[in-house]
Amino acid sequence: MGIYQEYKEKLPLSLFEEVKEKTKGMPASKAKKVLARVYKAYLNAKVEAGESVGLVAAESLGEPGTQMTLNTFHFAGVAEMNVTVGLPRIIEILDGRKEIKTPMMEIYLKNPYSKGKDIKRLALSIKETTLKDVITEVSANIAEKKIEVKFNKENMKEIGITSSHVISACGKAFKGISIKKTDDGMLIKIKGGEDKINEVYKIKERIKEVYIKGVKGIKQILPVKRGDEFIIITAGSNLNEVLGLKEVDETRTVSNDIYEIANVLGVEAARQAVINEVNKIIEAQGLNVDMRHIMLIADTMCFSGNIKGITRYGVVSEKASVLARASFETPIRHIINASLVGEVDKLSSIVENVMLNQPVPVGTGLPGLVVKVRK
Amino acid sequence: MAKEKEEKVEEAEKKPEKGAKEKKEEIHHQGYVYKDVDSIVFGVASPQMIKKMATAKIVTPELYDKEGYPVDGGLMDIRLGVIDPGLRCKTCGSKLKECIGHFGYIELARPIIHISFVSVILDLLRSTCKECGRILIPKDKIERYKRKLDEVQEEAGLEGRRKAIKDIIAKLKTVNKCPYCRAKQQKITIEKPTTFLENDKRISPIEVRTRLEKVTDDDMELFGLKTGHVRPEWMVLTMLPIPPVTMRPSITLETGDRSEDDLTHKLGDIVRINQRLFENINAGAPEIIIEDLWDLLQYHVTTFFDNAVAQLPPARHRSGQPLKTITERIKSKEGRIRHNLTGKRTNFSSRTVISPDPMLDLDEVGLPMVVAMKLTVPESVNPWNIEYLKKFVERGPTKYPGANYIVRPDGKKKKITEETKEALIEEVEVGYAVERHLMDGDIAIFNRQPSLHRMSMMCHRIRVLPYKTFRLNPAVCHPYNADFDGDEMNIHIPQTEEARAEAETLMQVQTQLISPRYGLSVIGCIQDAVSGSYLLTKGFETSREEAIDLLCSIGMTNFTKLPNKNKISGKEIFSMVLPNNFNFKGKSKASDENGKREVIVEDGVLVSGVIDKNSIGEESGLMLRSLHKKYGERKTLEVLGKMFKLGIKVLLKLGFTTAISDTDLPEKAIMMIKDVLNKTEDEVNDLIRMYHHGKLEIFPGRTMRETLELKILELLNKARNETGKIVQEYGSKKTYTIIMADSGARGNPLNLAQMAAVVGQQALRGKRIEKGYKSRTLSCFKKGDLSSEARGFIKNGFKSGLSPQEFFFGAMTGRDSLMDTALRTPKSGYLYRRLANAMQDLKVEYDDTVREASGKIIQFEYGEDSIDVSKSENGRINVQRIIDSV
Repeated sequence: MGIYQEYKEKLPLSLFEEVKEKTKGMPASKAKKVLARVYKAYLNAKVEAGESVGLVAAESLGEPGTQMTLNTFHFAGVAEMNVTVGLPRIIEILDGRKEIKTPMMEIYLKNPYSKGKDIKRLALSIKETTLKDVITEVSANIAEKKIEVKFNKENMKEIGITSSHVISACGKAFKGISIKKTDDGMLIKIKGGEDKINEVYKIKERIKEVYIKGVKGIKQILPVKRGDEFIIITAGSNLNEVLGLKEVDETRTVSNDIYEIANVLGVEAARQAVINEVNKIIEAQGLNVDMRHIMLIADTMCFSGNIKGITRYGVVSEKASVLARASFETPIRHIINASLVGEVDKLSSIVENVMLNQPVPVGTGLPGLVVKVRK
Repeated sequence: MAKEKEEKVEEAEKKPEKGAKEKKEEIHHQGYVYKDVDSIVFGVASPQMIKKMATAKIVTPELYDKEGYPVDGGLMDIRLGVIDPGLRCKTCGSKLKECIGHFGYIELARPIIHISFVSVILDLLRSTCKECGRILIPKDKIERYKRKLDEVQEEAGLEGRRKAIKDIIAKLKTVNKCPYCRAKQQKITIEKPTTFLENDKRISPIEVRTRLEKVTDDDMELFGLKTGHVRPEWMVLTMLPIPPVTMRPSITLETGDRSEDDLTHKLGDIVRINQRLFENINAGAPEIIIEDLWDLLQYHVTTFFDNAVAQLPPARHRSGQPLKTITERIKSKEGRIRHNLTGKRTNFSSRTVISPDPMLDLDEVGLPMVVAMKLTVPESVNPWNIEYLKKFVERGPTKYPGANYIVRPDGKKKKITEETKEALIEEVEVGYAVERHLMDGDIAIFNRQPSLHRMSMMCHRIRVLPYKTFRLNPAVCHPYNADFDGDEMNIHIPQTEEARAEAETLMQVQTQLISPRYGLSVIGCIQDAVSGSYLLTKGFETSREEAIDLLCSIGMTNFTKLPNKNKISGKEIFSMVLPNNFNFKGKSKASDENGKREVIVEDGVLVSGVIDKNSIGEESGLMLRSLHKKYGERKTLEVLGKMFKLGIKVLLKLGFTTAISDTDLPEKAIMMIKDVLNKTEDEVNDLIRMYHHGKLEIFPGRTMRETLELKILELLNKARNETGKIVQEYGSKKTYTIIMADSGARGNPLNLAQMAAVVGQQALRGKRIEKGYKSRTLSCFKKGDLSSEARGFIKNGFKSGLSPQEFFFGAMTGRDSLMDTALRTPKSGYLYRRLANAMQDLKVEYDDTVREASGKIIQFEYGEDSIDVSKSENGRINVQRIIDSV
């Protein structure tokens, strides 16, 4: 395949692969011609130096932003869950928030399970189970400082835990209690004297939230069939532990919590997550924004190695120019801080030069023209 | 220019010292020296510096004497600049508007804490020794900390260093013995805003200042203070710079009274109290009186800098409204930075209502005669055009096309009037410029707010027209997002050759055809032009004479392409506007007379298919994209303009209207729709019954109630879709309303179904309507009624009319969507502002990398393949077409 070799370096990989695929089985002379023309078309379509790509990207996302819906919750058909969509979600992603409103995971499974084997049991074992999920009744006896808990045997069986399991979990959770097994539940006795009566109430409430089984943070589970395989969609996210489960296909399982992805898988994964999440929302709204713009935004958020939101504390605070930072938000703070360290503004970005009424260093403001004047 | 900037920084910061290195090149022009500012240095001004840059010492709070002349040594001293016409500045000798103003100073009787530096002062006091002034870190550790800070800065920049410094300072809080002089350290607290306490005993600003003086330059670095730019004791003021009067001009009211600026008022207070304090100290007044005055002075100086300090009552006018002092002047949207520095006002612009004119070219704008005679463009006089330009001067400002001003080579403008006309015609010679009226073909920048993308400001050629509105071709409405319900737009006239050249090559309409957002055409045929083209190409036939008449009316004169026969089909007429060797294959939205959806153009002739939105519409118009790729922007614009006019002329010929009867359905269809609705209602009732009996099969992870809602929603949506299908099937294909929907000109099948049959389920927040009264939506329903009609299903169509309940449900969703829009606009506006601010400096460098202003690499190759979206086709290079063309 000699004719391709020449262009392998010259064309971007995706374009090269596309041409290679489409010219398959073509006579070599024709394929060569195609390659030459594609290369020419590529050169014609390249960005010019000085092009203000950042602003174009901002425009490309800011303009359709006015057309997006504000609906926080949205039912996308029958078997889906509540998710933050539309403008609020975009804002959430670009802010680089650590806590997102509706964390979610899509858990893909390895072969026997992805075909539906034990899907329900598996899903339930992933879900975080607390005591309140497996009991029918809690009652407190203040005089004897006792709490009686009645188990829901059916639920326990479904989830796959036994009474002793539950009892030991509860025993670990609190100090100063003793637990006895009864026929249909357990009996908790609070040790100590009269002063512990308040404890009874406290423990009665808190015991319901005792963690028993599953992956912490997974609040809801929903097995669904996507294409011809089963996946589990969850509300709540815990990438670290879910990826460690042996039934889970760790190569495809995703979370929508970008911060978590950055912590577990690193910043490159987080960058891709930003791109995917933003893209998903834009597509769901029926808007058309080119990937390159979203990629550039994701790159500005991630290039420092950490996720930086597009806020005054994030990306904007990293700017070299004092005036550029001051013109965004909290100008006084920036000027005071600059004066303390004797900062020098080199006037290398746009706003400072706009302020000073000088040409801006992008686009046609970039090159200096030298004209030889005839004396 | 550099000088002016210095003043600005001074004003902005009050105390920073500034300096500007200028680039070497100096351009001499008309006696002025222009310099480029190369960099701006920030710093804190020392008392010496303040005294040095001042031109006057201010000693009296009086402003004017009995004659109304500024008092020497007063706040309006004419050494600080002039604001009265006729006076000359004592410092620089220039008149009003020429003198940019000069600083003065006052000597404060006692030191005053600068409010902006309070937190820094506190940190310094807490972490240095009260006796010897050294930092509370042992000698051996200092070096280590310094190295660590440098490392952090390397990694995380200045902001990171600031954080690291904070951590170090926090650690020093617990040290209570000086490692150098062994002095015991006391706990220092702050009583906001400006009082420092040591063991609940006040440290006077004098004491604060002496302690700060003891801090060594070396230790200072650890606090992030740069030697040479700042000294700790400068943060406690002994000198106060007085801003020039030009910065705080007084206004003369109609009554002849003067009204002083807020800053002048504040400074008056400061000077008055300062003088009183001086007198009391000299007279040896009791300590309490001095303390009180001192505190008052501190209050005034603090509010002079910032009148919104949390713990202080803001200083007010006599009327009760708070004074706008320095911080308030700079801050926020209406502040100096965002209002005056980053956004500037402009001359040579105009604004009025817009109206459509499809007979204009796409890149033209219709300019009212009045505007054309007010706005001008300077044309410089040379030997070849001098006679021509003199004629403009002769016609003067009242006769079109005339001229309003002439400009002398030294830049002086002279107004042309009936009286001066004769003399000015004689005066005009080579080297002068004549500001003549706008004429057809001049360049203008046209803009509609909100300017959300670069297509919101495009360059048009001017066409001077009668009446009072700006006119534009409706095809360019889309990039501006304009309509004609009263929208206004702005026009700007570039005044220099450079600006015009740049506007023409970069901003003209044809250069903006392809959106940089998604790489398709943003400009295309809309509405009547689409339905016209659709009707023309779908089985239209006419006589040759009629066809030629039609083509003539859109300005075509060459008919060689028209087949030589008596009956001409619409497709042949449409082909006339296409270039001769144009080939195109595409899909249409609607089917043609043979029920096919293929659009084929061979050698510039439309062989088969109908032309509709998919071919020539905005955003989707693939034929337009092909034309653009093959023939370039000019030709595309020309063809598009012709298509547009043709479409409209066709409608003019055929007649086009809409009527209520357009969506009438045959009896049979009405029965079918009724059946569907009844059936659905029964099914819904079944579901509700099952729900009440608890027999409903629950979806995983849902409650019974949620499952019911989901199932009902699904059923109702299905019903609506079914009725939609019935409407489409049985609705008359020939009516105008349906033609519009079919061609994609306006409306869609859903709108049709809503008009003809069922409006459908009204949803609030993705659910059926539940709000209203207790456990019911309206008082006419039973409590707990879950049936479709009680929860916002509108089973009437718009045409048959809604029942009162249904109307209420419709109003609810209508109100909800209004609220949504009202809330969304500011939210997305803020997101946009943040994005634009964060990304504006990114640009592609000559090595294909994308970098930010300081040269840090964001991407190694733009978009991973360096393809400019506005030069691509929907973000890609169309390989298939290249293969087809080989």
